[in-house]
Amino acid sequence: MDDFQPSRRLFLVSGVAAGGGLLIGFGASRTEAQAAAAQMTDYVAVAPDGTVTIRAKNPEVGQGVKTMLPMLIAEEMDADWTKVRIESAPVNESVYGNQTAGGSTTTPTNYDPMRRVGAVVRSMFVQAAAEQLKVNGAALTTAKGVVTHKASGKTLAYGQLAAAAAKITPPDPKVMVLKDPSEFTIIGKTQAGYDSPKIVEGKPIFGIDTVVPGMKYAVLAKPPVYGAKFRSANLDAIKNLPGVTHVFTLSGSGDFKGLQDGVAIVADKWWYAKSARDQLEVVWDETLGAPHDTATYAAQAEALLKGSGETIRSKGDVKAALAGAAKTVEAVYDTPFIAHVALEPQNCTAKVAGDTVEIWAPTQAPGSGRKLVAKALGIAEDKITVHMVRGGGGFGRRLENDYMVEAAAIAQKAGVPVKLLWTREDDVAYDFFRPGNSHRLQAGLDTDGKLIAYRAHGVTYGRGGKPTQGAGIIPHDFPQQVAPNFGLEQSLIETLIPTGYLRAPSSNALGFVHECFLDEVAHAAGKDPFDFRLELIAARQALPPETPNGRAPGYNFNRIKAVLDDLKVRSGWGKTELPKGVGMGMATYFSHRGYFAEVAKVKVDSDGNWRVLKVWAVGDVGSVIINPSGARNQVEGSVMDGIGEMLHEITFEKGRAVQTNFHEIPMIRMSAAPQVEVHFILSDNPPTGLGEPALPPVIPAVCNAIFAATGIRIRKLPLLPETLVAAKA
Amino acid sequence: MKLTINGKVLDRDLPEDMPLLWALRDEFDLPGTKFGCGVAQCGACTVHVDGAPVRACITPIGSLDGAKITTIEAIAQTPQGKALQKAWLEIDVMQCGYCQAGQIMSAAALLKDTPKPTDADIDAAMDGNLCRCATYQRIRAAIKSAAGMAVADTREV
Repeated sequence: MDDFQPSRRLFLVSGVAAGGGLLIGFGASRTEAQAAAAQMTDYVAVAPDGTVTIRAKNPEVGQGVKTMLPMLIAEEMDADWTKVRIESAPVNESVYGNQTAGGSTTTPTNYDPMRRVGAVVRSMFVQAAAEQLKVNGAALTTAKGVVTHKASGKTLAYGQLAAAAAKITPPDPKVMVLKDPSEFTIIGKTQAGYDSPKIVEGKPIFGIDTVVPGMKYAVLAKPPVYGAKFRSANLDAIKNLPGVTHVFTLSGSGDFKGLQDGVAIVADKWWYAKSARDQLEVVWDETLGAPHDTATYAAQAEALLKGSGETIRSKGDVKAALAGAAKTVEAVYDTPFIAHVALEPQNCTAKVAGDTVEIWAPTQAPGSGRKLVAKALGIAEDKITVHMVRGGGGFGRRLENDYMVEAAAIAQKAGVPVKLLWTREDDVAYDFFRPGNSHRLQAGLDTDGKLIAYRAHGVTYGRGGKPTQGAGIIPHDFPQQVAPNFGLEQSLIETLIPTGYLRAPSSNALGFVHECFLDEVAHAAGKDPFDFRLELIAARQALPPETPNGRAPGYNFNRIKAVLDDLKVRSGWGKTELPKGVGMGMATYFSHRGYFAEVAKVKVDSDGNWRVLKVWAVGDVGSVIINPSGARNQVEGSVMDGIGEMLHEITFEKGRAVQTNFHEIPMIRMSAAPQVEVHFILSDNPPTGLGEPALPPVIPAVCNAIFAATGIRIRKLPLLPETLVAAKA
Repeated sequence: MKLTINGKVLDRDLPEDMPLLWALRDEFDLPGTKFGCGVAQCGACTVHVDGAPVRACITPIGSLDGAKITTIEAIAQTPQGKALQKAWLEIDVMQCGYCQAGQIMSAAALLKDTPKPTDADIDAAMDGNLCRCATYQRIRAAIKSAAGMAVADTREV
């Protein structure tokens, strides 16, 4: 997570030439006036008619940054938001800094720098106006795209000034004085999603909609076991099928994120390629997958949990404290592998001409994708142009760029531009899965019911002795910092299943594990789960802060206390008469710099069917909510996404994923979607992101509510009705 | 193969077993209808065939002789479609937006038959449409808003 500061370098390209690569991106429609726009910086061009084109530097996958980032620029440049048009920036990390969409980092790393971009542009307009009006710049004000000289009543619109302003040497962004938040007219006010009007009309704006001249369509059959080898296939029969133009094999690079062995089928239209693939018979050598079964993994986890693991963190003497505790609580928790299943299947369009490559990719990480393509094709990075195209959901899956490398390799070998499109079955089979894990948890209480010891041993997955992507066991700050004696251990099961980052990686599983267990501990202490936590926080607030777990700015007990206090009142906790079969549960989790706590109200019937009726979510993500409707949407979606994650698991047989499509992967749907009430607490802290932190608390809040409703502890996911029925019996 | 799509008769030599989804997207330049699963489990490909919601990914074009097909590109020409698009924007439903064409098509069919739907009607009509971003709360509100109803969720809480 490198903090990004715009340097003067960003502004050296200013000038009136607007053509060269300014308005890249398919589907962009430009009027003649816009084509004559003066490029103020790498981010902003202003046309004579006053249209302001602002580039959003990070990929849009539904998290709203394509609207949010330009709001930051427009605010400080005093643009007229109704005249702003937005484009995705070209992928060029030497100019735009990190262009990845991940880790809820876009807001914290760009809030200040993008405002400075806007302030620089504003100052250029002010200087141009001062020169034209022959007055001092200090006598000028700006608002809604107009510079005003109050003394004379003269005004100049940005469109009139653009050509002159673009010739001005941009000032150093670091010395810009930014607005006081009380002066905001765009930030903090809901701005509708910029692409939304196109979405409701079905306009082609997603990766899958990309069309380039001369393009063919491709499918790629890869081995169902990661890393398995191609042996043979009926390629000759496939070549003669209708519409098929090319059939060939790709050879695996042996590199985890590079090419795998595969059979590519290229056709005039996608349906012909897919139909041909249905008749493809490939023999893969899958022997390496043999030991990798869900049942085998479960047995390994059970055995490992009987012993100790490698110590990741320790404080005090946790074993002695547990031995001397007045009361101890112990439990084992399990989470499964799950799939990302973003709704737009993975796809990418690529054109290779000699040593130049052009790529249109719905990706969360275009910069790292370009590196992989360069390596796989043996073409220099600066010869590869990557266009960021809107992605139909990301959830972390599009941090991987396997489809980008594949599209480029197929286009290179076929000698024609291709759009590679995976099937849903491909998307499941070739996922970088959210890894499952198993945990043994122990807590010790003193005679007052105070937490004095907390020990956790997590079994997760590794390769070559190191946790795989998204599989590392990290501490949950709350018990780590409040318990005077703490121990965290990790054991690894060797896997070949590719794992990766799913929205709120690690936290999406660890929130369930630790916050459900803490609910057990609170009950063992004879305390209300809110009061149990608030008492521990009060005691902890009196002590100096501990070194955070490498996650700036660390865990702030004042912030989580304010969130819990508010949530308790807002949800009517302890003050609501609940009918039989209905329970309320709470949980809190800190991740991705966001402080969230949530209460779920859940109804369980006699057949074990459970439905979340309502969720109250309270969060603190800093001093300002940049785009309120979009922000609430992220929280509502995170809450429902978390509930959806409780419904499915991916299991493996001999290294192959068993489930294939949505009939085997239950998702949350309309009838199961609860009401979600969202509230933000504004604190005196820099604004942080909302793609992830609201997700981890909801899963334990729901499970704790089920305990309140039924007396049944949920220690294993997915949560199936039969589990509840069996537990009752 | 003659197909009547959005009021136009389109004639093209295509195999009868080609799913309507791929004819729309790749043959007729109507990419608003989306591919999500290919097995009628997600609803991203929902279109209207003679006014009824149909999953285009499993509907062979050979079965559509004489049928009137409407896609998201033309749904604004119906009063329900126009009202839904407006409500979708006013309520700021979208996150990634990929499923929303299918959601609007299912909702338009619902409102045509049931101009004032209950929450149970909405659940029944919309359960076949996945929203992976889970904007369900806003979709429900937008449907009610388009129907001129109070947007509050009246289900048990």
